[in-house]
Order: sequence, then C-alpha cells, then structure tokens
Amino acid sequence: MAETMKLEIFRYQPEKESEPSFQTYAVPFREDWVVLDAINHIKDEIDGTLSYRWSCQMGVCGSCGIMINNVPKLSCAAFLKDYYPDKIRIEPLTGFPVERDLIFEMDDFMTKLTEIQPYIIRKEGEEKPLDQGEYLQSPAELAHFKQYSMCINCMLCYAACPVYAIDSTFIGPAAIALGQRYNMDSRDQGRDSRQELIASHEGIWECTFVGECSAVCPKDVDPAAAIQRAKVSSTVDWFKDVLIPWGKKK
Amino acid sequence: MGEKEMSTYHRPVPNTWWLKRKPYILFMIRELTSVFVAGYCIFLLVLVYKLTQGTDAYGNFMVALKSPSSVVIHLITLAFVLYHTITWFNLTPKILVLYRGEERIPQGLVAGVFYAGWVVVSVIVVWLVLVV
Repeated sequence: MAETMKLEIFRYQPEKESEPSFQTYAVPFREDWVVLDAINHIKDEIDGTLSYRWSCQMGVCGSCGIMINNVPKLSCAAFLKDYYPDKIRIEPLTGFPVERDLIFEMDDFMTKLTEIQPYIIRKEGEEKPLDQGEYLQSPAELAHFKQYSMCINCMLCYAACPVYAIDSTFIGPAAIALGQRYNMDSRDQGRDSRQELIASHEGIWECTFVGECSAVCPKDVDPAAAIQRAKVSSTVDWFKDVLIPWGKKK
Repeated sequence: MGEKEMSTYHRPVPNTWWLKRKPYILFMIRELTSVFVAGYCIFLLVLVYKLTQGTDAYGNFMVALKSPSSVVIHLITLAFVLYHTITWFNLTPKILVLYRGEERIPQGLVAGVFYAGWVVVSVIVVWLVLVV
C-alpha cells in the first residue's frame, strides 16, 4: 500500500454556500512532489471542482501563492516531504477577499501597483531622444536597487503582513518596495511624484516593521528593509523642509 | 460588478491573530517592550525630580528602591529593555544599507558597530558609578 498524505483544503463555492468550509483529501505521498503537484492530482483524479491558480511551476510567475499551515508560500516551491506525515492545511492567501476556493481577488494589489508608478520617470525636458542611446548605469549603481527589482508580484508579502490584513488601505510591502526600487535607480527622476503616496499615512508610516514580508519572500526582495529605508529618506526630507525651507530646490 | 462584490468572502481577522505564529508573537513582545522603555524613562525623570526635592526626599526614594518588589520590577524591566535593544540593534543593518562600490558592507559589521557603541557607553556608565 502506497503512502498517502492528507490535505485539508479551504473550499468556498459562492453559488452553493455563503460560508467557506474545509475539505480533506488523501493524496499519494511522493518524495519529489511539491504541494502544487498534490493539488493538481486532486484536480485531475479526485475532485475537478477545486479551483486554484498556477502557471510556471518554477517559482517565477508568482501565481501559485497559498497559505500552507498559516505560512504564505508558493505551492510550486513547498515540498510535501517537509510536512510528511502530518496533515497540511491549505488556504487562500490571507488578507485578500476570496472569490472561489484558493482563488482570491487581487484587484486591490493591482491598483496599488499601478499607483506607485513602477517604471522609470524622467523630468520634463530631460527625456533623452532615442538616437542618443540608453541611460548608462554602473554596476555599483545597479547593486543599490537590484535586490528590490527581483519581485515577482506573488503577494506572499501581503499575506504575511498583519497590517494589511487588518487595514487594507495600506499600500503594502511589494508595491512600496517597487516604488523604492525606482526611487533608487540612478536613471529615474520620479521620486517626487511617488513620494505623495509612499510618504502618506497609507504608505510607509502604516508599517510597524513586523518583518514577515521579508521572511516569506521567495525572491529575497526584503520589502521590510525597503520600507524602513523609505522612512529614513522621508524623515530626512521632512527635516530638510523644516530646517532649511529655502534649500528645497536642488 | 455588484454581483462580484457580493460573492467574495472576506475572512475576519480575530484579535488573537498574533498568537497564530511565533514570529508574530515575538513581534508583539517587541512592541510590548516599548512600554517598559517608556516606563523606565519616566522613572528616571522621577529620580531627577526627587533629587531636586532635597537630600531627605532623595534618600527616602533610594531606600524605597531597595525593597524586594522594586528590585523584581527593575529586573523584569531590564529583561524587556535588553530584548528591545537587541532586537532593534539586529534590525539596524536592514535600514542602514551601506555600499563600498558594488559590495554591500556586511550586515554583521553594521550591527557590530551598534553593539560596540553599547559596550563603550556601558563601560563609561559603570566607571562613573563605581570609580568616580
């Protein structure tokens, strides 16, 4: 008899029930299976009604984030053997409204991501014509922000953030880290236009530095550090404004 | 859109959310330690105030501080203040990110500077109390 493992999965089918429930499935245990393999097995062999998101199966697309025993993880990167023989409890990422089973609504994140303007902004009149070539950057300048550019928008950091779960007006870890990524890019001149949002109450000042966003990040982006560093530079801005109001022009 | 709004399920966040996982518990303890830090600051202000009230008032206050309950409170405060200091010192390299060219200055070194400063200040305080 082959070894099996139990997966207790969050089910929510709005057309059938107004409250979610948990359903337990027994799946074959295989050393080389990740949790996503087990969920795919359930979908293909046991219960075709189970809904969830996934795509690349190699930790790049950021689609398959779920809660595994209360910890946000990419289901394609979490091995069954790390939990065997215990039962695994699977839920949609915390902090987001659930649409169906493990699928949650990501509209809020998408809106915030757009608002943070995660792209290079040049000041008016300082945009180089195409025939003058690209904006050059040294490896040292790249090193300053490269870590923050590795984000795959998987939203695990939002699921790990108790502040976001309690108050979803918070801009959140990934969006702020991406804003900071462009603020620190030597080619970018858009800090001022991002600052209104980043330095707002819903921005960095909502963060209490729990630090779990960085702990769960599958790409070592360290959004918690990005937020704290943005707090430091915003504080420096404030002091400059108050102490040398005439020195604002650069 | 209206139909979509109605059908999504918003999971409630219980007040005990921080008991669910160890990192959240440790975070809440770190937040709680601030109360002890603030409390000790108030205590120091009271100490200075007593000093301005004359030798008797200060002497009586010092005697009261030697009571067992006062010693226990001070030991508990010390534990929380140490936890506060160590956790925040360990977090400083995240905020103070320094580069030498392309190489990031090791996080241990950044935190180490704070620990070294702590030791120096502590030695000065001990010297002031015991020697001077």
